[in-house]
Amino acid sequence: MPPALAALPVPPLPGDKVDLLARLTDGLDAPGLWWLSGYAAGLAARPGAGPAAAAPQAGARLTVVFGSQTGNARRLAEQLARQAEAGGLAVRLLRADAYPLHELKDERLLYVVISTQGEGEPPDDARGFVAHLRGKRAPKLPQLQYAVLGLGDSSYPLFNATGREVDERLAGLGARRLFARGEADLDVEAVAAPWLAQALEQARGALEGMPSGTIAPPATTTPPATVTPLRAVAPASPWTREKPFAAEVLANQRLTGRGSRKDVRHLELSLEGSGLAYQPGDALGLWPRNPPALVDAVLAELALDAGADVEGVPLRTWLGERRELTRLARPFLARHAERGRHDALARLLEPAQADALATLLGTHQLIDLLQAYPAGWSAAELVAALRPLAPRLYSIASSQRVVGAEAHLTVDHVTWDAPGGRRWGAASHQLATSSEGEALPVFIEANERFRLPRDGARDVVMIGPGTGVAPFRGFVQERTATGATGRNWLLFGAPHARHDFLYQLEWQQALKSGQLHRLDLAFSRDQADKVYVQHRLREHGRALFDWLEGGAHLYVCGATAMGRDVEAALLDVVTTHGGRDEDGAREYLATLQQQGRYARDVY
Amino acid sequence: MGAHSVEDIKQASGRLRGTLLESLANPVTGALAEADQVLIKYHGSYQQDDRDLREERRVAKLEPDYSFMIRTRTPGGVVTPAQWLGLDAIATTYAGRGLRITTRQAFQFHGVIKGRLKATMQAINAQLIDTLAACGDVNRNVAVAANPLESRAHAAVYAQAAALSRHLLPNTRAYYEIWLDEQRVAGSGEEDEPVYGNAYLPRKFKIGFAIPPVNDVDVFAQDLGFIAVLEGGEVVGYNVSIGGGMGATHSDAETYPRLADVIGFVRPDQVIAVAIAVVTAQRDFGNRTVRKRARLKYTIDDRGLDWFTSQVEGRAGFPLAAARPFAFEHSGDRFGWVEGHDGRWNLTLRLLSGRIVDGADGAHLTGLREIARVLEGDFRLTPNQNLVIAGVPAHQRARIDALVQAHGLDGYRTASPLRLKSVACVALPTCGLAMAEAERYLPTLTTKVEALLDAHGLRDAPILLRISGCPNGCSRPYLGEIALVGKAPGRYNLMLGADHRGQRLNTLYRENLAEPELLAALDPLFARYAAERGDGEHFGDFLVRAGVVKPRTGIPLELQA
Repeated sequence: MPPALAALPVPPLPGDKVDLLARLTDGLDAPGLWWLSGYAAGLAARPGAGPAAAAPQAGARLTVVFGSQTGNARRLAEQLARQAEAGGLAVRLLRADAYPLHELKDERLLYVVISTQGEGEPPDDARGFVAHLRGKRAPKLPQLQYAVLGLGDSSYPLFNATGREVDERLAGLGARRLFARGEADLDVEAVAAPWLAQALEQARGALEGMPSGTIAPPATTTPPATVTPLRAVAPASPWTREKPFAAEVLANQRLTGRGSRKDVRHLELSLEGSGLAYQPGDALGLWPRNPPALVDAVLAELALDAGADVEGVPLRTWLGERRELTRLARPFLARHAERGRHDALARLLEPAQADALATLLGTHQLIDLLQAYPAGWSAAELVAALRPLAPRLYSIASSQRVVGAEAHLTVDHVTWDAPGGRRWGAASHQLATSSEGEALPVFIEANERFRLPRDGARDVVMIGPGTGVAPFRGFVQERTATGATGRNWLLFGAPHARHDFLYQLEWQQALKSGQLHRLDLAFSRDQADKVYVQHRLREHGRALFDWLEGGAHLYVCGATAMGRDVEAALLDVVTTHGGRDEDGAREYLATLQQQGRYARDVY
Repeated sequence: MGAHSVEDIKQASGRLRGTLLESLANPVTGALAEADQVLIKYHGSYQQDDRDLREERRVAKLEPDYSFMIRTRTPGGVVTPAQWLGLDAIATTYAGRGLRITTRQAFQFHGVIKGRLKATMQAINAQLIDTLAACGDVNRNVAVAANPLESRAHAAVYAQAAALSRHLLPNTRAYYEIWLDEQRVAGSGEEDEPVYGNAYLPRKFKIGFAIPPVNDVDVFAQDLGFIAVLEGGEVVGYNVSIGGGMGATHSDAETYPRLADVIGFVRPDQVIAVAIAVVTAQRDFGNRTVRKRARLKYTIDDRGLDWFTSQVEGRAGFPLAAARPFAFEHSGDRFGWVEGHDGRWNLTLRLLSGRIVDGADGAHLTGLREIARVLEGDFRLTPNQNLVIAGVPAHQRARIDALVQAHGLDGYRTASPLRLKSVACVALPTCGLAMAEAERYLPTLTTKVEALLDAHGLRDAPILLRISGCPNGCSRPYLGEIALVGKAPGRYNLMLGADHRGQRLNTLYRENLAEPELLAALDPLFARYAAERGDGEHFGDFLVRAGVVKPRTGIPLELQA
């Protein structure tokens, strides 16, 4: 919900316009508000801009488009837009799926901030955008100047593939690359900060050089209309990613039975007094702390003093609270190989070894690397080489209409035994071992792309195996609390029904009371042949297609590989039951996505 | 569940089919629909859950850890070595906690989850063993004396029992359709049940065949008993007893254990006719309104023994001859080797509570598997939860002995009589009826009672101890010289004074005791027994003679206020 206008500084508008604005913005969701702000900016940027202007015009204006899965790309794009606006530049900010693709041919200055998912795929909100660029009908873009910032994770083989593809494709379409692509790793700021600085500088130059007809008024005279991220103007809560709220752990309960190989946890955190609010589909961010035993092991392995001073902070604090120890990154690996003269390790960095490198990065933590490939590091060098600790996001498993000032999480406690000892995921271990009464630094990460239909009469199909079921617990709570009349269909999967059926009693109750209308289950290891949710989708393809034809919204949450398999199954369903060929099926899903009826939250 | 609803479920079940197929296919729960939980008993299985985990799983938002107990129909508990190996593989593959021998000479598998139930049933049937009517309101597994001495008589009686068991099977094809994929045909669901009728029996029905002088089947605890009468080693007929039964309800004087009455003698060729007469009379006159009063023993007490006997004679079409004299020496097993009439050898092994697992006491499951691989004989489960390795040719004795010793199966050589004779039901964690521990508590309890006996110089006293987790009596507790009947976790009613031949019920001595009170109650009695017992006088007999307990039949389980 946008802040009440009264809460804002007095707007420079006539009184009746204030009322109109209030009516106009009432009930608009974030994409709508973003579009509106960009629209207004476009109007203002036109010479002699006036009320008669009918459509946004490309001109001496910067367009920032982002495609974001976990919110990092969005955050950076917002930052860029804010800075550009503060610097007096005309700018509009658009999520990739809100970008009017037909305007691309007239676009003059475009920055794309986009992440890469899983194995080289665009984020869900940018799939249409990227597909459009790829396609044969993509326009020639001789008028366009652009730059791309990619975000990725170097532990995956196709690091930043989407950013690279967009960058190269725009050049291929005749656009002029203003400056080199940035390729940020999990340690986002290291690459993003200099890229943003350069982007601002280049934008100023580029806009000044534009034909007079479309030049924005100089900043020194009338300030242009600006893109103001409305949510950021008056956040309901003072607690943010940068300034997390200390949420008390109210409950930490194992969900898996004794015979399970998994330790999945149900966490209940208190948001009491924080003013933090979320909607079903949003994520909770946690700033993790590395396991003390791991910090000790790293210190011991490198024979470093825990109290060693690095920039006024003891090394133990750096390693425990400020640096990534549980996720290994390619740049560190490169430096480590060099430092220890480990040729075998260095060879892994060659392009031909991408798979081997991915395997290593996926299975090794810093400590494993140090144990397997010894090399000396000083405290200061180590701190400089390791990536800053990043927050982890968990889909919230509750609805505030039901749980009030609480957020529930469903956490898979990541743990395994490496040759050198037990290993953990930093955040999941912290959550899984947290005690009631303990406080954890958290913030809300909105996920506008993963929202229940505004119209409660719509059916929803929720595909959420494993901990992917989390947001759907919130969905069903929300739909029940709001009296939504549409049907709810959940597809869940896990290894064994007996021990891994997350929230089994709640789903049984929901079925009985009519809150859940259909539940299909895939327990992969309860029979000789492994059965997953995608098999159930194919089995029930007819019903699924009928639901979709009836206007159902489709949601997928869970692991990236599952998301891919489910997408393949969905294409099969649409071809089999919708009488379409493969391209037609793709188009069908793309249309659903554009209509906001097919949303994915995969990680 | 009230009696009425069980009757309704049976009537409406389409000959025991109910919605079992749908229940088995429902992936949302490991349980069956409520009515199907009743019906699956007739197929030889109980739905249970691990009660140790109930609370933990509730908090974890998981349903109870449902699984199924499966019980075999193995008349007389006779299985071949090949069958043993098959059942062992099933226990290892599909179940938990090994194999368990019941007091009715069946095997029980515990912990089979719903998704593997059908595969388990098929595997059991592949061993030419079924589970049909092993539970439910029908004739249950027929018990037969495991008497290894009278080998000729045993063969005849076993054949008689197996034939009777077959004759009393339900006629429905439901079992074969649901578990063995037999095609449904016209008439499925409406099969004629000439013995049982539409609603089967009012309650479970138990038949046992005894071969004197050993009453190991506790023939007087059976609804219908046949006591073999031997002349020159040949079975010439049977004394017939009716109306035995153990089950009772705490604090309910309307229910009680009852010993059977001997009503006459029949020739072997009259056994099936008289059995059908008893079963159908109970079918027609048993109490279908009040389920806890539905056993044959109450029908007889309500209508009169003479009346019921005349019903039986009328239905059988012949009068019963006068009962022949018989005598039982004891109700236990003889351990160790004995030679049968046929010159083959029989080794009876002690298995505490009938549980066969690889555990702290030895690799029993492995050991018996090794024996099954070489044995040129067969196995017989005893009604006291023990095992006879039967019909062993003399040349195999040493080999069997070596395997027995190597796997810790030779406990019978050194155990005290108390430990050898004790019987316990399964109880927690799987039995839904259990109010207190039984099988899991027996080893501890035995050790503590042994210590008391030692203190009074009574270690060699052959005292019959039985423990049951609830008053329903699977371990036949009311025939124990000392019996503990569970009332609540850690608390038991102490029953004393049965004889050791299964011919006198015990009496409630103290209610609701925890272990220290139990031991404190027994201690002075052991002291008196040590000091005052007559020559060869058993503990139960002594307690009655000394006036510690008054022998009664048809006793209520509770002390009168």
